[in-house]
Amino acid sequence: MALVMEKHKMPEQDPKVRARNFQEVALGYDEDTAVAEAERCLNCKVPKCRQGCPVQVNIPAFIGKIKERDFDAAIDIIKESNSLPAVCGRVCPQENQCEKHCIMGIKGEPVGIGRLERFVADYQLAKNEEIKPIQFAEDAQKVAVIGAGPSGLSCAGDLAKMGYKVTIFEALHVAGGVLSYGIPEFRLPKDKIVRREVENLQKLGVTIEVNAIAGRLFTVDELMGEMGFDAVYVGTGAGLPHFMHIPGENLNGVYSSNEFLTRCNLMKAYDFPNHLTPIAIGKNVAVVGGGNVAMDAARTSLRLGAENVYIVYRRSEAELPARAEEVHHAKEEGIQFKLLNNPVEILGDENGWVKGLKCIKMELGEPDASGRRRPVAIEGSEFELDVDTVIMAIGNGPNPIVASTTPGMETNKRGNIIADEETCATTKEGVFAGGDIVTGAATVILAMGAGKKAAAAIDAYLKSKK
Amino acid sequence: MFKIMYKKELSPGIFHMDIEAPRVAKKAKAGQFIVLRVDEKGERIPLTIADFDVEKGTITLIFQVLGASTMQLSALNEGDSIVDFAGPLGQPSEIDGNMGTVVCIGGGIGVAPVYPIARAMHEAGNKVISIMGAKTKDILIFEDKMRAISDEVIIATDDGSYGVKGFVTTALQQLVDRGEKIDQVTAIGPGIMMKSVCDATRPLGIKTIVSLNPVMVDGTGMCGGCRVQVGDEMKFACVDGPEFDGHLVDFNNLMSRGRMFREQEAKAKEHVCNIGLGR
Repeated sequence: MALVMEKHKMPEQDPKVRARNFQEVALGYDEDTAVAEAERCLNCKVPKCRQGCPVQVNIPAFIGKIKERDFDAAIDIIKESNSLPAVCGRVCPQENQCEKHCIMGIKGEPVGIGRLERFVADYQLAKNEEIKPIQFAEDAQKVAVIGAGPSGLSCAGDLAKMGYKVTIFEALHVAGGVLSYGIPEFRLPKDKIVRREVENLQKLGVTIEVNAIAGRLFTVDELMGEMGFDAVYVGTGAGLPHFMHIPGENLNGVYSSNEFLTRCNLMKAYDFPNHLTPIAIGKNVAVVGGGNVAMDAARTSLRLGAENVYIVYRRSEAELPARAEEVHHAKEEGIQFKLLNNPVEILGDENGWVKGLKCIKMELGEPDASGRRRPVAIEGSEFELDVDTVIMAIGNGPNPIVASTTPGMETNKRGNIIADEETCATTKEGVFAGGDIVTGAATVILAMGAGKKAAAAIDAYLKSKK
Repeated sequence: MFKIMYKKELSPGIFHMDIEAPRVAKKAKAGQFIVLRVDEKGERIPLTIADFDVEKGTITLIFQVLGASTMQLSALNEGDSIVDFAGPLGQPSEIDGNMGTVVCIGGGIGVAPVYPIARAMHEAGNKVISIMGAKTKDILIFEDKMRAISDEVIIATDDGSYGVKGFVTTALQQLVDRGEKIDQVTAIGPGIMMKSVCDATRPLGIKTIVSLNPVMVDGTGMCGGCRVQVGDEMKFACVDGPEFDGHLVDFNNLMSRGRMFREQEAKAKEHVCNIGLGR
């Protein structure tokens, strides 16, 4: 049988239609397409794809089960390693992970591993099966997880499966971290996917306490002391928005991407006033930055009714940190890219509202320490962009609230918690940390990988203490 | 779910509610706030902690019905619950026993958040002179509570219906004129009131602490919606504050940012009225 060199296409909403709604863009495979895509897998003896997966899902095995149309067995295999497959199948940058190593990718396109993972995860969610709770031992040890983002959820899921009683403490009123407040509904549906994967984890036996702000309501020392936990995992993420510190950043109409996306995703401001959180958006929007968060903010702006949405980025297209697929989707929907431009001032009107963004043109100079060519301002090239809303999406730092209240747990000069790369152990005994709070802002799946490593290390630590 | 244990309308549109939240009550300190959400479709709103009772496990909130969410909250009764209640948030007030003479100023509903701070200052052994301001006598709140923990209380009403006629700054000026040696002023109230107090104390060189009330979403430092300009620095009121050195605060920007969602706020209020969630 001849090899099929290209991935089976996944149906998508028409760009013109979807640019004005919040429904999911990619619609997913049906059963026959999933089986046909699975047939493309060569079932390599040494499956390189697995090396690329931060949580080491047994990829050839689950794809093999899809070929046999045994979708239940396929999802069981994935769930041995991955607590949130419906999420990962959607938001992982597979081109840099599992699919990057796929042999089929050498001469053609790699197998659509992410699409297949998504297919079986959705298949199982649709069946709405009862989940059998874990039977914990009477004297099971207790682990506290701070933060219900991808790394905390992954760590908690693994620990529960090992028989530990896990409580996740989450500051917001909903679990999920960036999955709930950051990634938009049109890429990752909240009620249909995120909430249900979190609920399944709870049904398994993981306790989640929302509205519980570590560092304020209790400290790490209190968790390990009077609250009776045997170990703590800190997965608080990178949630502190950076600003440029240019004039005009406090004008009305200027948001951090975190605020903008939180209002929209977590608080459902797109459904205002049925949901009471407001969002104010103008006709012309500038999003500053070139990462996935910038693409999310830009595409959200369009869906809220903006007429012109610009991505303002100081480097060129080749350096855009966003996934190629996201850039492609953004362009299809009509986002305008203002590349090699850097904002120098936000201009305001007499009422304190944004009326323009003053930018300077840039050119690329010599490569910097990161290997990327450094953008250099072209003197005298300032110009004004006519906008009434500005969204800053230039990155996030670590929130200091937990580290500053935990004596003995050291941080580096950027405020990230220092933790062993392999074991996630911090400088404080019994306290582990992983995900963005350690590495700085990265990806969902890397955070999940860290949570998984930490779970194994916590297991080893607690066994050694018993 | 967080149960409403007590509710009373103190004066028209101003409510006292005690919310059952034992863990928050155990940790709360003067100067901190909470964020609550009334129901599943609600927004997150910050309210300063007006009192806390560790034994009963309750937090006292005093709020004025201004927009959709406070209207919804005011429509709930004792025994009803709200869905989310997170705190304590923000930095506690800096209080010790060597502050000397402190003037605590509360404008309007701002008297409520001033109360636990004034009480803590008093308990620490400082001399506390409290100034309470209101438009008119009928909307004055917490008078007995403030008298119980102050060495002296001065009341100022805009219309002169009670106490001194004029603003809180009028009362403050009287203290200065009589030669009272003031070591610190703490002022909480509407932006314009705090600005006026700061303008009055700046030339006198009196350290002035204000508690800011910008728009907030999460209240944990992740969005910067509550950012304020303090001197040369951008600060997030929810984690760096809410208290700041009033002489460094850009009040014009604070008040301007407070109007950012005014149009939407009117729409939300109308919506809540229409669907009958309000009073």
